[in-house]
Amino acid sequence: MVTGIATANMDSAPILAIAGQVPTHLIGNDAFQEVDMIGITIPITKHSFQANDANEIPGMIKSGFEIARTGRPGPVVIDLPKDIQEQELDKYHSHQLDLPGYKPTLKGHPLQIKKAAESILNAKKPVILSGGGVIISNASSELKELSNLIKAPVTTTLLGKGSFPEDEPASMGMLGMHGRKVANITVDECDCLIAVGCRFSDRTTGNLEEFANNAQIIHIDVDPAEIGKNVDVHVPIVGDAKTVLQQLLSIIKKQSLPNNKKWFNEVYEFKKSCIPRTSFEEDIPLKPQQVIKEISHVVDADTILTTDVGQNQMWMAHFFKSQKPRKFISSGGLGTMGFGFPAAMGAKVALPESDVVAVCGDGGFLMVSQDLATVKEYDIPVVICVLDNRYLGMVAQWQKLFFDKRMSHTYLGEVPDFVKLAEAFGVRAERVEKPGDTQEALQNAIKSGEPTLLDIIIDPDEILPMVPPGCGLTEIIGEYKVEREHPREITYKNTVKKPVEGE
Amino acid sequence: MNERSHIISALVEHKPGVLQRVAGLFTRRGFNIDTITVGETEKKKLARMTIIAKGDDKVLEQITKQLNKLIDVIKVRDLEMENTVKRELCLIKVHTPLEKIRSEVIQYAGIFRGRIIDVSPETLTVEITGDPEKIDALIDLLRNFGIKEVARTGPTAMSRGIKTI
Repeated sequence: MVTGIATANMDSAPILAIAGQVPTHLIGNDAFQEVDMIGITIPITKHSFQANDANEIPGMIKSGFEIARTGRPGPVVIDLPKDIQEQELDKYHSHQLDLPGYKPTLKGHPLQIKKAAESILNAKKPVILSGGGVIISNASSELKELSNLIKAPVTTTLLGKGSFPEDEPASMGMLGMHGRKVANITVDECDCLIAVGCRFSDRTTGNLEEFANNAQIIHIDVDPAEIGKNVDVHVPIVGDAKTVLQQLLSIIKKQSLPNNKKWFNEVYEFKKSCIPRTSFEEDIPLKPQQVIKEISHVVDADTILTTDVGQNQMWMAHFFKSQKPRKFISSGGLGTMGFGFPAAMGAKVALPESDVVAVCGDGGFLMVSQDLATVKEYDIPVVICVLDNRYLGMVAQWQKLFFDKRMSHTYLGEVPDFVKLAEAFGVRAERVEKPGDTQEALQNAIKSGEPTLLDIIIDPDEILPMVPPGCGLTEIIGEYKVEREHPREITYKNTVKKPVEGE
Repeated sequence: MNERSHIISALVEHKPGVLQRVAGLFTRRGFNIDTITVGETEKKKLARMTIIAKGDDKVLEQITKQLNKLIDVIKVRDLEMENTVKRELCLIKVHTPLEKIRSEVIQYAGIFRGRIIDVSPETLTVEITGDPEKIDALIDLLRNFGIKEVARTGPTAMSRGIKTI
């Protein structure tokens, strides 16, 4: 449970975790199966409670939900000793919330909003960076309106994927270590970066000294501690993304808008010039790009995609176009392997009408393969696409690129046979080896209405485009073939620095 | 790095576990706590923590923000050194087997406005309150006689004038 709580804490997911504890009179005695749950989870929760009397429980549940869901959402733990679980309430009465130390700021400070509006109106090359906060606060339509008004191209973080439709001309896809070239280079060039609901993780920014050096940075976030933590910002605004964007829009709309059409078109042309190649119709073993292209053909905008962690995740983030909020679910901050499959189960149980597809790596899937029993027993019809290259691919990639190809503990071996494994649990399974087959197998899997595992054999040598750790965002290596040479070589330094030690 | 000493005053809910949450934050962000004092305030439900820590301004800003995020923390302020009164209590047990030493210790304690709060045939225990620097000075003086034990509370602090946190 601790890993799940830490994941939720990093990615601002509201969860209320109820933990069982030994009876109160045994606490602190190292009793059988005693663990200091509160102590362990303090650094990874938004808050936690331990009940010493059943009468405290209603208040804790009420406060727990309030804290988990509001402001910057996060996990709350309630620790319930066994005797308290068995105790009867004297009388149930509804509780008033009593949280004097908890007052999230939702509305942006008018002065800061005014300053931000000025920066935006003066910008010639604005860019919007949209994070998970935009999805949490349901601010996608406001974000889109802002982008339209000021002609700002939009890039997202991993968690922000889906906050802006990625088939829009303004969308540049994901930013960062495994981001799209157009996004990385445009952020480097922009003169005003409007960052909404993101926390500037090192995976998003690359080397901070080289991050968006030409830009006035406006940072909107509901958590004051995120502002100025990693990136020095020019206009900090503490507040809820939706509320602040509405405040901003109401000011901007009254002003004469800048004409950034030229900038917008330039970025759009540049984007078209570096669209990554996704068609590999002849290759066996399959190229992951081809697999993702075929997945994209089958799913629609309402299908919920979850990913595991590693190459599978970054391929999905890089090549898959997400159209709507809350349809791309991934473990960002903690990079929790084994996330994809259980997350898909959760999504399917929460929204049984939606199709749910988990894209996993073989390594991450193996960490949670016992849940094949869960999907079978509870009849949770999700589709699990296991991208099977027999490697812990992302780590293998680092070993190849940055550790002189000293491969260590990343080869998974010949076993298991994923099809047989699934079948042993009574779960429908199919192996996919040829171009075109992913599409067909996935269609059939969704149509079947049964939980299904697709064992998709992919090329183990495929390497991502990536920015080496410690480098600026423009220093992309492992570059995919581009259709045309990109026209602005000046800003693009295709040099590889030695990674900074300790990263 | 711009390292300097900070006095952080925090009003917190008077509940179990709060100290752990607060102290944990400092350790996690690599900030060393020099002293920390906790006690009840004018309101029964609230406690005041006074924390003295040395470090980089930027890290301190982050810690203050993280402290503010704790649900049990009501208010946090980084007090300005020059506009703050701070006082510490210290008990010093001095080895005084000889009458001559004994009277000297009593004299010194008097100069520092300390009091003798315990006497035994072998020892005298001095209580002193004041600025940490003043306490340092007395301890240095008494060290020559042979100090057996020192217990310091660490400073507690408040803004001068009408300002409260």
